[in-house]
Amino acid sequence: MSSYFIIFISAVFVNNIILTQFLGICPFLGVSKKISTALGMGFAVMFVMTLSTIVTHIIYYSYLRPNNLMFMTTITFILVIASMVQMVEIILKKTSPILYQALGIFLPLITTNCAVLGIAIITVQKNYTLTASVCYAFSSAVGFTLATVVFAGIRERLAITHIPENLKGAPIALITAGLLSMAFMGFSGIVH
Amino acid sequence: MNKQSLDNLTRGIIKENPTFVMMLGMCPTLGVTTSAINGVGMGIATLFVLLLSNAAISLIKNLIPDMVRIPCFIVIIASFVTVIELLMQAYLPSLHEALGIYIPLIVVNCIILGRAEAFASKNNLYQSLLDALGMGIGFTIALTILGSVREVLGNGSLFGWQFLPEEINPMLMFIMPPGAFLALGGIIITVNHFRGAR
Repeated sequence: MSSYFIIFISAVFVNNIILTQFLGICPFLGVSKKISTALGMGFAVMFVMTLSTIVTHIIYYSYLRPNNLMFMTTITFILVIASMVQMVEIILKKTSPILYQALGIFLPLITTNCAVLGIAIITVQKNYTLTASVCYAFSSAVGFTLATVVFAGIRERLAITHIPENLKGAPIALITAGLLSMAFMGFSGIVH
Repeated sequence: MNKQSLDNLTRGIIKENPTFVMMLGMCPTLGVTTSAINGVGMGIATLFVLLLSNAAISLIKNLIPDMVRIPCFIVIIASFVTVIELLMQAYLPSLHEALGIYIPLIVVNCIILGRAEAFASKNNLYQSLLDALGMGIGFTIALTILGSVREVLGNGSLFGWQFLPEEINPMLMFIMPPGAFLALGGIIITVNHFRGAR
């Protein structure tokens, strides 16, 4: 149990997926103008990332590795993720319209979110067991949500402050992210 | 070379530079540029994938049904990324080690899918190749600049050549994660400054 706790703390704070591993920067910069959209994206990522890691993990260990097809990992994983996102979208639309309304617009964007593919590849590279993979994927998604929501909170404030002309838009967002990343470096050393 | 072709070639390098102007493909941009040589390596790997995928997609664009074009593009791109990854593993093992997880992630680099969707699926082979070349070179230049800035500030060296004496401590922060955001932010401020002045 304690090993899962270490994975959780490590993935959320120490090796935060966005601020130290640079996976999923596009949605991090793209949907972080308001806290509510950032939260919506965060939940969608949590949902898809956990689910896709389970599926890719099973496919890798039950089919790719026994048949020595490891070089097909990238192609298989991206196809599985892309089709799964579509499937989740269709199922949500039919079964849970409320959830679909909340997450629907974020789902197509997730296909090209490198965090989902990145985490799926990292878990098989690290030889995690299925439960450890699920724990790692879920914690990474929590880290994603935490960073995006904190960042969105700062950007909501930035929108009403006076910013020099050249810093408007992307540069001030990047500098804010840099400072946030510096703050998260304070967590390093908690878990080795 | 007529004006149209020249325009397609140079567009990606300056006017629509994928990194500094369009802000696409941020993950590899920030993740691998701890040194100038890593930036060059990543840029060239992406350039090759972009050339091959643009060429393939412009050749078979009439065979792909419109409904399933995005999955088709992703499969084509993923195949070329796998080819490049295996080649790098065989011939440039140290670079392969340094770039790590970001090589398979070229698949989800928005630049490549973006060019496939916006350009290669509508234009002929020659123009698509020019477009890929321009975009790839623009991306490589951007990554090299960012990598150089970070290496100079964070390590006191450039392309592995140590020019700062031992006694001076470089700003280590610039090769750590926060430095990536700050350096890219600084470069974009400079770019905006000159674009505004023009």
